[in-house]
Amino acid sequence: MTARIGVITFPGTLDDVDAARAVRIAGAEPVPLWHADSELSGVDAVVIPGGFSYGDYLRAGAIAAQAPMMRAVVDAARGGMPVLGICNGFQVLCEAGLLPGALVRNAGLKFICRDQLLRVESTDTVWLSGYRAGQQIVIPMKNAEGRYVALPGDLERLEGEGLVALRYVGETVAGQGNWNGSMNDIAGIRSADGRVLGMMPHPEHAVEELTGPRAGGGVDGLAMFTAAVAALTTAVTA
Amino acid sequence: MARVVVDVVIKPEILDPQGKAILAALGRLGHPGVSSVRQGKHFELDVDDSVSDADLEQLAEQVLANPVIENWTVTRLDTAAGAAGAAGAAADGQPQSSGTTVTP
Repeated sequence: MTARIGVITFPGTLDDVDAARAVRIAGAEPVPLWHADSELSGVDAVVIPGGFSYGDYLRAGAIAAQAPMMRAVVDAARGGMPVLGICNGFQVLCEAGLLPGALVRNAGLKFICRDQLLRVESTDTVWLSGYRAGQQIVIPMKNAEGRYVALPGDLERLEGEGLVALRYVGETVAGQGNWNGSMNDIAGIRSADGRVLGMMPHPEHAVEELTGPRAGGGVDGLAMFTAAVAALTTAVTA
Repeated sequence: MARVVVDVVIKPEILDPQGKAILAALGRLGHPGVSSVRQGKHFELDVDDSVSDADLEQLAEQVLANPVIENWTVTRLDTAAGAAGAAGAAADGQPQSSGTTVTP
């Protein structure tokens, strides 16, 4: 049975088409979810894609976090449904309280768009089980508010419990890794149960050779979707 | 009706690159002597008498500010207009805070 993965569209979402495409390439059926609905349509997992939900006029992800669809997603995630938040989706997950911390203006103030080297720190999540711990992957990033910050207690807990999932690393073409100024070079974090992953870079833009990053990665993002689909397909047929 | 001001500012322990950029600009523009700038947000709300102080605290905490990264203050400017729940009127018309700076 084909896994069904929902992709949310808020007003201002940009990357829902690419996210749905990545889901399809990975072998699952993408299911469009509309921000104003509160029905998850029986999906097995949800991707919250990037963009500027509701314009991000107040804070990135702040209004989206309280949308009817997000309330449904928060309930489902607390029940164990896998959720991947990418870029604005990560900001939404933090604003919704599903992940600790927040994403604020880049330390250098500039919007950053580049192919970025990341290190997979934790594979104990549905979304990263297709990688090896310590594996380095190239994933595009594009954001102005991608600096991850957390209160000292939360940061200690993330590090202590191995919940930092992805970290920026420096050995890039440009010779620099942490462009946002994120605390502890954090690019992505996961929930304790491994079901929820939030990350600033965009794996859905690295699933095809034609459009993937040039710096030697190409399809490094695809394993996030294929691993989730494999886990869901096992669960669906079991 | 009452005018309510909510000021939101990023917590002191979190880097504020916009404030730093403004601080640098002040120096360049010939305004010496400023040692720190923190940039924040200033909201002015006109609320009717049904909106209590507790309602204001709730909307500030749940919407206008993110308690993870920001501190905020809620101030009623016109408590003499009979706003519900205000902790006493400011007889001299000066701004009166209905709460203290929230530092969650």
